[in-house]
Amino acid sequence: MTNQMIDSEIQPPVGPDTTAERVPAKQLSKWTLYTRRFMRNKPAVFGIVIFVLLALASVIVPLFARWEVNEMDFLNLSTGPSADHWFGTNASGNDTFMQTFVGLQRSLMIALVVSIGVTVISAIVGTAAAYFGGMVERATLLIIHFFMVVPPFLILALVSNDAGGDWRVISLALIFIGWFFPARVIWTMALSLREREYVHAARYMGVPGMRVVLRHLLPNVGSLLVINFTLGVVAAVMTETGLSFIGFGVKIPDVSLGSLIGEGAASVTSAPWLFYFPALALTLLTVSMALVADGLRDALDPTSAAGGRA
Amino acid sequence: MSNVLSVRDLKVSFASEAGRVDAVRGVSFDLEAGRTLGIVGESGSGKSVTSLAIMGLLDENARVTGSIQFEGEELLGKTDKQMSVIRGNGMSMVFQDPLTSLTPVFTIGDQLIEALTVHRSLSRTEAWDRSLELLRLVGIPEPEKRMKSFPHEFSGGMRQRVVIAIAMANNPRLIICDEPTTALDVTIQAQILDLIEKAQDETGAAVIMITHDMGVVARTADDVMVMYAGKPVEHAPAQELFHRTRMPYSIGLLGAIPRVDKVEKEPLTPIKGNPPLLIDLPDACPFAARCPIAVAACVQGEPELLPVATGGGQRHLAACIRADEIDDDARIGGLPVYPVAPIPESDLTRTPREQRPVTLEVRNMVKTFPLTKGAFFKRKVGEVHAVKGVSFDVREGETMAIVGESGSGKTTTLLQIMDFEKQADGDIIIAGTSVNELHDRKLERRLRRDIQIVFQDPMGALDPRMTVTDIIAEPMRAIGMDKDEVNTRVHELMDLVGLNPAHRDRFPGAFSGGQRQRIGIARALSTNPKIIVLDEPVSALDVSIQAGVINLLDELKVKLGLSYLFVAHDLSVIRHIADRVAVMYLGEFVEHGDVDEVFDNPQHPYTQALLSAIPVPDPDIERTRQRVVFDPETMSTRPATV
Repeated sequence: MTNQMIDSEIQPPVGPDTTAERVPAKQLSKWTLYTRRFMRNKPAVFGIVIFVLLALASVIVPLFARWEVNEMDFLNLSTGPSADHWFGTNASGNDTFMQTFVGLQRSLMIALVVSIGVTVISAIVGTAAAYFGGMVERATLLIIHFFMVVPPFLILALVSNDAGGDWRVISLALIFIGWFFPARVIWTMALSLREREYVHAARYMGVPGMRVVLRHLLPNVGSLLVINFTLGVVAAVMTETGLSFIGFGVKIPDVSLGSLIGEGAASVTSAPWLFYFPALALTLLTVSMALVADGLRDALDPTSAAGGRA
Repeated sequence: MSNVLSVRDLKVSFASEAGRVDAVRGVSFDLEAGRTLGIVGESGSGKSVTSLAIMGLLDENARVTGSIQFEGEELLGKTDKQMSVIRGNGMSMVFQDPLTSLTPVFTIGDQLIEALTVHRSLSRTEAWDRSLELLRLVGIPEPEKRMKSFPHEFSGGMRQRVVIAIAMANNPRLIICDEPTTALDVTIQAQILDLIEKAQDETGAAVIMITHDMGVVARTADDVMVMYAGKPVEHAPAQELFHRTRMPYSIGLLGAIPRVDKVEKEPLTPIKGNPPLLIDLPDACPFAARCPIAVAACVQGEPELLPVATGGGQRHLAACIRADEIDDDARIGGLPVYPVAPIPESDLTRTPREQRPVTLEVRNMVKTFPLTKGAFFKRKVGEVHAVKGVSFDVREGETMAIVGESGSGKTTTLLQIMDFEKQADGDIIIAGTSVNELHDRKLERRLRRDIQIVFQDPMGALDPRMTVTDIIAEPMRAIGMDKDEVNTRVHELMDLVGLNPAHRDRFPGAFSGGQRQRIGIARALSTNPKIIVLDEPVSALDVSIQAGVINLLDELKVKLGLSYLFVAHDLSVIRHIADRVAVMYLGEFVEHGDVDEVFDNPQHPYTQALLSAIPVPDPDIERTRQRVVFDPETMSTRPATV
């Protein structure tokens, strides 16, 4: 019986096809995966919606509002919310609605500039220190450790007071005192990266040092940078409002959420609207950013609780 | 005899982003006391998941169905607490990595005593005495002293001995060994395998030996189960399986392994393609796409694991509809199931070695690492000699292999060459240029063109955030090649190493291990180097994939006239690919010469011990060989004992 089978149904074997290994497994693209995981996190989606609304409002509202930011309405001094002044006015007759959104805009500007600056500087310094090692590494760490023992808020207060509350100077000062902590964290991350074989491979190919840093090390700490950036926004808003609140930050005629809250706090019992509306805007901004950062961390980190679950 | 373990239709699935992964799709077997079942398969075949399911150690999101009966008791459905009574007592497990399976903050003694007292009420002294006895049994010298040592004070092999001692502490009925020797050197591997055998004799336990190494199976297993895509595809007693193989996948696995005991220069037979993803598998033979003898009927329903009549008189199960047509020599209708490819040949291979130019010469290479002490001011208190005066040359079209166990200095030797380290009393000459004379960056960068490296870990060596084009183009961009030229060259290289150029915009994560290694090879070839340094290029790959990469390397060498400097710990691979070999031990070459000469007639006792420790995928040879062990104090060999 077996003989018959062999005779009639045998098909000659085909040669080994070493080139056939050509159809790699279909894989979810990285970004679809991240988006999907981010979207599954409801608070984070809520956060990003709030943030986008706030950012849009801070740009659009001042364009169409009825009052200029420094315009004084002498008929309404320190009046509560009304049809004319939705968030009320302060003692000089400035429209709080307008001031809140202009202040929000200013605070956002500072926060973004600072956060971008801090992220870029810390990323480059941290990864370069790790990659080059030796003297470069030791010198960088010495500077970072020196900065860590200097009281930053003091420097900040001195510098910003000197500059007369110019928001650009404040931003620079905030970058100056903000870069070294994340730089050290990134340095530790990059330490393990520099031992990776693709980094060795690049070096053995004769790729120049700085190019290895920019092409191999930086993109691979990318997820950390994204999270650092979002949390950096929160931190910068907080520091700036803190500064302005105690009077060292943004100064009249410029307004920021911090200076508004500082002014409003003085009259919180007699004119609560001056305090509560800017404070509400600040809370919404920081909470939304913190939710986004949280969601990003879970989405980008393969070991987080969100990983692997369908 | 009664069955210790009987598994019926075990299925395990996990939820994932891409869909439900069916990791194990119906495994059934019985295991009697005192017998060893070898489960073989490539990564992702479900062998480890099967063992974890038996131990009840799977993650919460795993869905397990079927039946697992341990001594007549159903294990599925038991809570973790109920399982803890059985785990470590009735059944125990030996894991792959001895470095992480012991807790670093407790002494060996504490961990042994804990394993004993958790399940039995023993007094402190009784537990202590039993622990000593166990350590003595697994061959740890001076057990009284060692009881108080911490895991980091032991070598990898010693730690695995302790893990085995813990596993046999409570006289288990079943010991599951999950790749117990994969992380160890070959000579240690041989000892550990002997020890597991001894532990089995001592306790009378049944053993499940999970491995990807056919040699280990040939040596230890009574029954062998070959797994593929979550299902057993062939199940038979060891001799039967090795000599009367019926399933094409098993035939392919055996054909893909280079043998250390045979002079063979014919290409290996790789299995084409990759294992399927275990998501939404169609009702078809999962191996059909890779099978050289697949017919139309293969894709019309998954074949069941059925008995085949082989004439061996033993129970032999295979899941192949054509199993009856295959004969004992792995031939079907008079033709081999896997046809052999011709040996690549060129003018170069016919030129005698002495007439070929030297591409790499190393003279008296030395490397020492300083030993320092002190927290702030580091004082030098001594030196470690990692490489002690190594000399060799590599000629065009030749593969020079350096073999040695971990710590022998073979990787340091490679890195010295790649770092262009200047030698005080020696020299490294790459394609005619001495590194001692390299004084500026430009010259150095030019020399980098002639020597390129391929790393061991195909994932780690490719930047996960760069596309394949960028990865392969990187060395060419580094030397400032023209953009269009680079693009055509990338296309050419991908074709050369057997990758589809249409996939050049994908990220490395989208490729399998073998394909990634091909990308690594393409990158190394991009600058037209004269010599390629290969650091364990196939040791991280599955055997069927490994064979394809080895054949590719062989082919490229002949086609492009390359020289390879090949570092590996696997002597079988070296025997297959190398022309010359150097055996390295403690930073020195103890034997250096033509590969067949060294392997067939080893002079140095260390080489003899190394060769005798390698398992051969043939149960008859494997079980009758006399092993020898190298004794570093007397520099001689003696017969192996446990």
